[in-house]
Amino acid sequence: MSSLLKQVEPMVYSSQISVPYTWWAGDTAGRFLKTLRDEQTIMGTRCESCNRVFVPPRKTCPACFTENETWTAVSDEGTVVSFTVARRQLAAIAQKVPVIYALIRLDGADTALLHTIAQADPDDAKIGMRVRACFSKKAGATINAISHFVPID
Amino acid sequence: MDSAAIVGVGMTAIEKNKIRDGFADMAWEAVNLALADAGMSIDDIDNVVTTSNDFWDGRTISCMAVSDASGAREKNVSCVEGDGTFGAFYGLTRILSGSYGTTLVTAHSKGSESVSSLITNAAFDPIYERAIGMDMVSACAMQANAYMHRTGTTAEQLARVSVKNHGNAMHNPKAQLPMEITVADVLASEMICDPLHKLDCSPVSDGCCAIIIAGKDRVSDTAKPPVWIKGTAFCADAYHLGDRDLSRAPALTRATKKAFDMAGITDPVTQIHVAELYDAFTYQELMWLEAMGLCADGKAGPLLETGAFDIDGRLPVNASGGLLSGHPVIAAGLIRMAEVVRQLRGETGGVQVKNPTVGVAHGVNGLCGQSHCVWVLSSEF
Repeated sequence: MSSLLKQVEPMVYSSQISVPYTWWAGDTAGRFLKTLRDEQTIMGTRCESCNRVFVPPRKTCPACFTENETWTAVSDEGTVVSFTVARRQLAAIAQKVPVIYALIRLDGADTALLHTIAQADPDDAKIGMRVRACFSKKAGATINAISHFVPID
Repeated sequence: MDSAAIVGVGMTAIEKNKIRDGFADMAWEAVNLALADAGMSIDDIDNVVTTSNDFWDGRTISCMAVSDASGAREKNVSCVEGDGTFGAFYGLTRILSGSYGTTLVTAHSKGSESVSSLITNAAFDPIYERAIGMDMVSACAMQANAYMHRTGTTAEQLARVSVKNHGNAMHNPKAQLPMEITVADVLASEMICDPLHKLDCSPVSDGCCAIIIAGKDRVSDTAKPPVWIKGTAFCADAYHLGDRDLSRAPALTRATKKAFDMAGITDPVTQIHVAELYDAFTYQELMWLEAMGLCADGKAGPLLETGAFDIDGRLPVNASGGLLSGHPVIAAGLIRMAEVVRQLRGETGGVQVKNPTVGVAHGVNGLCGQSHCVWVLSSEF
């Protein structure tokens, strides 16, 4: 920066990017979300090559590079494989902190689902804890049709 | 062309908020520093690769906005979206193809101009994940917990990374956060997302870095001795966090093995003299060290406590102060490369490692280290 410019008042242009966007869910996520909304059932897809069950379901297996054509329902209960407790109200967080975020491997699945744990003391959250999904009918066909997970014994 | 070297590096100071510099201003400064460092003029540059991210920059085709300031007019200019190490990889391949003798690579971002939590939230899948409300910090906190749970690494050991790197930055005039702090200071700082305190996290930063890569037949007339690229590779893991074992970084292990094989590194513990790793969070420095085979699995924390990764230790890691002391995303990995180059030339003053001839630099792209790019650089051909 030239020293002449040190006399110049720093100027700033404040703006915002706000663009409406529509993401089509596709057949695979569409079926998952519809089943969540209509039946409160969590579905996964199975890779017939490596036998892994993906939840949330994926159309293709990232390991085998083959199409997952088999659908299977998994349990609404599972195990926390990792978690964090958000303490600062970061801008992306919709709820009031503290919020427990977790990767949950549902019984019958081989991958973990990202979600929140509520109705629990954040200081009790730990890897290996058992949790169960709670459903919300008002969320429609979105990932929030699972409103959150709660601890179970 | 089968060999190439880095012949010039330039970077702006890393700052919290560069209120007087736009993207092109930062590129202009870094590019001219790199040209001066190489003893070249813009006419010596055969092609340009700029590295940026549209969402961070708040503009479509962000890379082209810095092309004028990068001297790209009437040249072949191409863009990489991601960390600067990936831009450098592309720049290198353009030389190895035989089409170009020199490549100027730039990488920039200004974290100060947007809201990092919202930008990184958008890295999550919009159908399955984004509405959950996570961002880079909460995702990496989850990875930190997984890593600590598996290896037994402690909060005190994480804090020690912060103490070391902020302390190193005291001798780096371009660092944003030089600080003399203690483990107790780190543990007493605000808990952002368990287990990451404020001082376990890198700051939001502005900055730009530029490097010049030249093929073997174009290094003879440069100002300083070339730093040779002995090996480089990158590798990606699965996109969805739940598909991975977050406590491990197999993509980094694979990328490192490829780069080390290429460079003839068979015993990294003795053959690598200096390392600049992507320490966006304290735990990452330890986790990456283990994944790269620079120490045994689960042993980085205990080794750190013995001083093994200090500037006068067995393997100095982030002698520059690392990203914990200033983290302009996108530029971050390219800065790691530039810092290794400066170490190998003996130019780093108060953070100079004693007579290093081989160094490793590392860049990351994606949530929780989804993809990694590893470079082995040497002052010897």
